[in-house]
Amino acid sequence: MTDVAIRCEGLAKQYWIGERESYKALRDVITEAFTAPFRRLRSARSSDGNAGGEKPMIWALRDVSFELKRGEVVGIIGRNGAGKSTLLKILSRITEPTHGRADIWGRVGSLLEIGTGFHPELTGRDNIFLNGAILGMRRAEIARKLDEIIAFAEVEKFIDTPVKRYSSGMYVRLAFAVAAHMETEILLVDEVLAVGDAQFQKKCFEKFRQISTGGRAILFVSHNMAALRTACQKGIILDRGGVVGKGEINAVADQYLAALSTDCGTESIETKTFVLGDVSITSNDGPVIKTFDSVEIRTRILAKAEVLNPGMFVSILTLDNQRVAALAFNDFTKIKSLSGGEWCELGFRIERFPLLAGEYQIEIDLTDLDHHKIELVNKKYLFEVVESPVYGGRKIDRWFGLVGLQAQAFGGPVAAEAGDKSVATLG
Amino acid sequence: MSDMTSADGASSPAVLAPSVAELPHTRIEPKKGWVSVGLTDLWQYRELLVFLALRDIKVRYKQTALGAAWAVIQPLFTMLLFTLFFGRLAKVPSDGIPYPLFSYAALLPWQLFAYSLTESSNSVVANERLITKVYFPRLIIPLASILAGLVDFAIAFVLVIGMMIWYRVAPTWAVLALPFFVMFTIVTALAVGLWLSALNVQYRDVRYTLTFIVQFWLIASPVAYAATLVPARWRPFYGLNPMAGVIEGFRWALLGKSPAPGAMLWVSVAVVAVVLVGGLYYYRRMEKTFADVV
Repeated sequence: MTDVAIRCEGLAKQYWIGERESYKALRDVITEAFTAPFRRLRSARSSDGNAGGEKPMIWALRDVSFELKRGEVVGIIGRNGAGKSTLLKILSRITEPTHGRADIWGRVGSLLEIGTGFHPELTGRDNIFLNGAILGMRRAEIARKLDEIIAFAEVEKFIDTPVKRYSSGMYVRLAFAVAAHMETEILLVDEVLAVGDAQFQKKCFEKFRQISTGGRAILFVSHNMAALRTACQKGIILDRGGVVGKGEINAVADQYLAALSTDCGTESIETKTFVLGDVSITSNDGPVIKTFDSVEIRTRILAKAEVLNPGMFVSILTLDNQRVAALAFNDFTKIKSLSGGEWCELGFRIERFPLLAGEYQIEIDLTDLDHHKIELVNKKYLFEVVESPVYGGRKIDRWFGLVGLQAQAFGGPVAAEAGDKSVATLG
Repeated sequence: MSDMTSADGASSPAVLAPSVAELPHTRIEPKKGWVSVGLTDLWQYRELLVFLALRDIKVRYKQTALGAAWAVIQPLFTMLLFTLFFGRLAKVPSDGIPYPLFSYAALLPWQLFAYSLTESSNSVVANERLITKVYFPRLIIPLASILAGLVDFAIAFVLVIGMMIWYRVAPTWAVLALPFFVMFTIVTALAVGLWLSALNVQYRDVRYTLTFIVQFWLIASPVAYAATLVPARWRPFYGLNPMAGVIEGFRWALLGKSPAPGAMLWVSVAVVAVVLVGGLYYYRRMEKTFADVV
């Protein structure tokens, strides 16, 4: 084999619905044993072969094929549930594929989570060895790199303290430091860069860049589009388990974002009184949403029976569920009533949408003032604001915060006598 | 922050990948039917086994007031209770050995067994995080969970030496067989533990049945009484409970007074061998679904 690190051919993985197979109680097995003959009869008659539809299966991955060459960093993009984590789990041999195969040349280090196996009662030093061994490192290898790891994590003073006394920042730094010092030829990384403070994240990025320039291959799953654009050369988009796009990272990321921002979700969701159809957030100024665009959020709802004074709250949250903004429909305008079974569209137009680059989620509550009910729609809709030169010059990223300000800068040399008169100088 | 791409461009790549020829090749595909035990893989990960066992040992008595004393307290108090009720009141015969020593010598392997069985049966479920996040030979998990019990055993063993001096019971040549019986205790626990730990992933009933199994098994094993209580011609059948062979053998090896277990021991060995081989294969067959089900 030449320079191929991973080659997947037709990988597929089937799960019981609900993502994972649930464990059973013996009681269920016994009842199952009794009902099974009847069910078989029924399914034979209905002839759709799916065992009476009692255990619906879903394909978490279907027919995924790609190649990863040595020295390449490839990003895997996709919504929650698109199969990204399943793919990494198969490649790291945690779970088996249902069909297909993957060939891997080289040792694989997988970081599906950092700090796996960390024990709170053990000291930092003990945990480095334990975690290293769990990640597949040799004792001698860990011992050789111990000082480097401790220095990278910046926990020199606390290395012999149980990690339960660590701050969460220290904990995460130590966990990442161990992982970053793996010497495997292939690295599978899942979202781990979303940890720690900005300074430490930068350090992690550098470490990854070094790793890939060392001729190793990295498969990188992240929600953070900016991180992917920086770290990867190529990208693969997964949607509902299948590959829907691959190629150069910026092209792939744009393709993904364009699809994401026009269509947050098309499956309708039912609450007690309403059915919520599709929810969308679009920019009137282009295919992707940028800061200060004119943005429209639209929802389609259906009342199951006649509803007086229908309304809704639209909240925008960060991915860690910080509410950034919320709008109540009834504060703006009112609809007298909605007859049962009739679709209607409710929405907001926001001129100069202030959010800066990053991923956000929309939460929707439907209200019916007549009955004083608020029904939370149990689904969040994801969207992304793309980095853009908000203030004119360079692209503005998450470091600049959550919102863009419509600011003007002024200034220049101060005239000598005017300085101490009216304005009290600070400090 | 926004210039993170350009920063630190000077640092050189730390590691160069080895030449292609020496890269190990792994093929991932669905496995069908029976699989091997995977001893080479297990050997590759032997250090992880040690680290996991060390973790359990270091953590076991953290934040307890009495610490490692617990390892002695449990068999000691059970022995006192047994001595009072079985030794003094019920006057259970003890093969001519002072009853406290007689029962304590049996409680040593029994406690090791009960601990190992409980820990290994719960081990896979307890290590769910590891199993769903990292690959390693899954057999490591029950194996590592058993090793910590040996430390308790060693601590509790010190007391039996004291008791032997007190009762003036000198060990005989039979004591050389002791390591074998310690091993046999562990292997018995592992054999059953493999079945139960894999079943526990599918059926959480195991967790609730386990306390009952251990209690039941204690009564069925010659801990509080001697195996000689069982009529001689039935004794080989008694060996179908492998702990009968283990405990009688251990007591014989340590104290040298009880009769050496004959046919009964060999029946026990055979039973354990069958259960162990079956357990290994059942475990290996089920382990590929662990991450999806646990």
